[in-house]
Amino acid sequence: MKFTLSWLKDHLKTKATVDEIATKLSAIGLEVEGVEDPGKALGAFTVARVVEAKQHPNADRLRVTQVEIGKGQPPVEVVCGAPNCREGMLAVFAPLGTFIPGSGITLEKKPVRGIVSNGMLCSLSELKLTGDGDGIIDVPVEHSDRIGQRYIDVLGLSDPVFEVKLTPNRPDCTGVRGIARDLAAAGLGTLKHEPRITGVEGAKDCPIEIKLAFDKDSADACPVFAGRYVKGVQNGPSPDWLQNRLKAIGLRPINALVDVTNYISFDLGRPLHVYDADKIKGAVVARLGRANEKFVGLDGKEHVIDESMCVIADQSGPLGLGGIMGGEASGSTDSTTNVLIESAWFDPLRTASTGRKAGLVTDARYRFERGVDPQTVMPGLDLATQMILKLCGGTPSKSRVAGGVPDKARSIGFDFARVEKLTGVKLPEGEIKAIFEALGFTITGKGSKLSVGVPSWRPDIHGAADLVEEVIRIAGLDRVTATPLPRLHGVTGPVLTERQKRTRRARRTLAARGMVEAVTWSFLPRHQAEAFGGGSEELELANPISTDLASMRPSLLPGLLAAVERNRNRGMADVALFELGQAYRGDTESDQFIAAAGVRAGTARTTGIGRNWDGKADLANEFDAKADALAVIAALGLDPAKAQITRDCPAWFHPGRSGTLRLGPKAVLALFGELHPDALKALDVAAPVVAFEIFLEALPPEKKKSRARPQLAAADLLPLKRDFAFVLDRKVAAGEVVKAASGADKALIQSVSVFDVFDGGALAAEGKKSVAIEVTLQPVSATLTDKEIEAISAKIVADVKKATGGEIRG
Amino acid sequence: MADTAADPSAIDLSALESELLNDVAKAMDLGALDAVRVSALGKKGRISELMAKLGAMPADQRKAFGQAVNNVKAAVSEALDQKKATLEVAALAARLANEHSDITLPVRVGPEAQGRIHPVSQVLDECIEIFADMGFKVAEGPDIESDDYNFTKLNIPAEHPARQEHDTFYLKTKPGSNAAPLVLRTHTSPVQIRTMLGQKPPIRIIAPGRVYRCDSDQTHTPMFHQIEGLVIDETTHMGHLKWVLEEMCKAFFEVDTVTMRFRASHFPFTEPSMEIDIDKGALGKPGEWLEIGGCGMVHPNVLRNCGLDPETYQGFAFGMGLDRMAMLKYGIPDLRPFFAGDLKWLRHYGFSILDQPTLGGGLSS
Repeated sequence: MKFTLSWLKDHLKTKATVDEIATKLSAIGLEVEGVEDPGKALGAFTVARVVEAKQHPNADRLRVTQVEIGKGQPPVEVVCGAPNCREGMLAVFAPLGTFIPGSGITLEKKPVRGIVSNGMLCSLSELKLTGDGDGIIDVPVEHSDRIGQRYIDVLGLSDPVFEVKLTPNRPDCTGVRGIARDLAAAGLGTLKHEPRITGVEGAKDCPIEIKLAFDKDSADACPVFAGRYVKGVQNGPSPDWLQNRLKAIGLRPINALVDVTNYISFDLGRPLHVYDADKIKGAVVARLGRANEKFVGLDGKEHVIDESMCVIADQSGPLGLGGIMGGEASGSTDSTTNVLIESAWFDPLRTASTGRKAGLVTDARYRFERGVDPQTVMPGLDLATQMILKLCGGTPSKSRVAGGVPDKARSIGFDFARVEKLTGVKLPEGEIKAIFEALGFTITGKGSKLSVGVPSWRPDIHGAADLVEEVIRIAGLDRVTATPLPRLHGVTGPVLTERQKRTRRARRTLAARGMVEAVTWSFLPRHQAEAFGGGSEELELANPISTDLASMRPSLLPGLLAAVERNRNRGMADVALFELGQAYRGDTESDQFIAAAGVRAGTARTTGIGRNWDGKADLANEFDAKADALAVIAALGLDPAKAQITRDCPAWFHPGRSGTLRLGPKAVLALFGELHPDALKALDVAAPVVAFEIFLEALPPEKKKSRARPQLAAADLLPLKRDFAFVLDRKVAAGEVVKAASGADKALIQSVSVFDVFDGGALAAEGKKSVAIEVTLQPVSATLTDKEIEAISAKIVADVKKATGGEIRG
Repeated sequence: MADTAADPSAIDLSALESELLNDVAKAMDLGALDAVRVSALGKKGRISELMAKLGAMPADQRKAFGQAVNNVKAAVSEALDQKKATLEVAALAARLANEHSDITLPVRVGPEAQGRIHPVSQVLDECIEIFADMGFKVAEGPDIESDDYNFTKLNIPAEHPARQEHDTFYLKTKPGSNAAPLVLRTHTSPVQIRTMLGQKPPIRIIAPGRVYRCDSDQTHTPMFHQIEGLVIDETTHMGHLKWVLEEMCKAFFEVDTVTMRFRASHFPFTEPSMEIDIDKGALGKPGEWLEIGGCGMVHPNVLRNCGLDPETYQGFAFGMGLDRMAMLKYGIPDLRPFFAGDLKWLRHYGFSILDQPTLGGGLSS
């Protein structure tokens, strides 16, 4: 919503400055997005007369002029190069020191071909104004009495323009009058009385019939339609003051008839329409649209109508969309002589829905969908008639009204104490009353049993809380004093849920392993979702911003992989990224899950990134990913040894170099391994990349346990270690060897580690490999005898053989 | 010296002593010195042999001779010890002189120095610390929301102009379904609804999370983060709201004072509604106002929609942009790189694992 200062002053008597007005508007909820004050940029440019213009002695194209810049002041010498510069003309003068907006130069005193120019005669482009004419501005001679005055005043462009970002609840402020009312209530002046309109009601009946044709269910679409016929108007350009106001707020003047309706729309927030009455066939009817109806709007485009839209039609079909846009065929032109003025009321919801379907954003829709004051139907019609008679002449008819103004009057039970209860601010009752009255509310009753009548222009006010808002925003939100919120506990307890705690721990664990946290989009291209087990129809956006962001992600990995590739393209090949966030198996709440996922590419291993003199720079491999996954699982309180490892990874993992960590057949804790080359190809990511994805909610819930630790069972007896090497079939998992050895004596065997795996040389040819383990025995009550150790060793060998077929190596 | 075997007392002990001391002096390394020790004091050493023969001597000679041999043994032992100490010092010095590494060779910095926490996560942890102290728990809700929770229950009916301001992403409707399409939540406010439906007042929660708007330009991304606050009881009013926000800003920006102002505004789910501005003084630029979020008293219709009687219960809600807060506090100029996964950006603006925000130790280090 835009308006000018002088327009505001039509409704508000005030001495406040532009800045004061802007500050107050923002404070009371009418946020000022900008104030454009042409006086600031163009205030130095004045009207001047060229008294004398002589040829420059040293330059063919230049003239030396004597310029009268004000009464009683000696003329100044100015050098001018414009071909239209001539003696006696009125021009626009800029003194030395003026900043010229069009050229970005500040005028300095310096000679032009040997003669000092004491200023400049300016062109329109130098003032950044648009208009016709080459050379310097040729001010019309009738302004010769305004020499020395500001040129923008002569143009009528000096008015500061306010732009207010209206919230959708304030239809009253879509008119300047509503804004003036708010400012007056807030103490920035007095609201002027609206002049009574007389002499607009004609003697004859309106010759055009107006009908409402709705059934019961849709009667609220347009409950009232008022019209008046004006005969014998002379249309044409509207006067300068009106054109300037419209231009100042960014509207293009069309002709007097249209300009009047636009003016009233912005002045009172009351949209109107003017039909060329001679182009209407039969009665004007407000009704619902019919299938296959179309009309060509004032925008020159054809619009399709459906049965939910409210149209204004005549015998020939729709003339326009009610409350949104009139039609080209019935619009007024310069040759229009007889008009029908429309002032109606259209239902906000239907207007919004129609506008959205038709894709039309107009000043009328903006107002009707917010809720135009129904009480302005007749005053708006009268004001439009009055202005048209004044600007275009003609003879008015009687007004004709179909339907009746909807009665939206209501009052709200209120208690003054409510203000303090909600705001914490104790305001005197007198002040509260004064605010209500200044805003047009009426108050009846006393004390805690008040009844507050809501003015017709405030459809947004429905309850006591709304009234409190009116009071406090006008009284001043700066009067709200900070009041400590009472503490619930002496010392604050933990506030995180188990899932939130897991997320936090997983995040810091992965960062501690040298990985960098990324946050990637929750949506991705559908083919990427499909490559990672997603891409179902229910997770597709209906209106994505682009096809690259169209499917909700089934996994965090594609987003991370895309980031890997972007980093590689910027010369960063060693990448270890992770993300903690949500992914989606379906569209229900329980389908959303939290995962901790990570990718490693290049040499980004836990031990360090890149080449270093102290060791090889190996590529990150599936065991780095496994270590990451197990580290997170351990950090979340689960003994990693309890997780089973199976080989059944989903298709986006390498079939031979990946694994699933699970607790039983259903609970999948994590996936890890090298990614499948096909999956990477689908994302245009170069192989190899290793990855893991941990499902934080799949871990068993935290057990309530005592804070005290169990007693330390530290044996005094020295542990002893024994090595065994087994030759087994290449396909047998080392984990099976460890499991069998560990189980050989659960009391004595403390740990089993694999310290060597060899599958080269002669073993390779036989399809065998050697796995060497170190078994740590921890005696419990007495030192082990050689015999006992031999017995355990023999059992380990036997058990491993039984479980894996592995033979002890000699 | 064949006769000495027969008569030990005939031996010239002082010559023996000189000879052995001379051998000690000549030994140039620990091995040679040990050979001297063995030749003198070993089982078959010359002094040991003399000692062994003492028993066979007549008693009158034994004492004096024994004394004399012992003196020789003591002198030789001491010389051996001293020489051994000297040789050990020399040997260590020689070894150390040989042991030399180029300590300018670079070392690996270690994973804990490489890892980074994303600024949004860090700032969220900071906010949780602050609000935890004021008794707020952390609540969550799903990204894919019903139209009802995202709009209708929040007092934003269908076709309301406020809906247009939300630039909503819709999910595809299932064929044949008449239900309103699901939406990607446009704000964290549906968590208010979930919380009020799920528990009775008093309520104090914050709800952080991802939100979505179909909008993308210099300063907007289709996904960003918000943090929502909700307090519901029977007495909480706008003064409390102002206090909570002021305290929060002071703690978050780690300054002693923050100048804050409310500007009247409109949100369908609060009444009265305000925008929150802070003076940029907290960021070192006093005199300029900066909008940091919206807030208000929870709208009676919202309370009613959640089964709470607005005549009994009241409270406030507020919402702020987490990404924006990170940008303000840590001087991050642009929003878009937050979601680009660019290592250079993440290493520069990200945080160390050791930067664990705590109220006691400071939110940032």
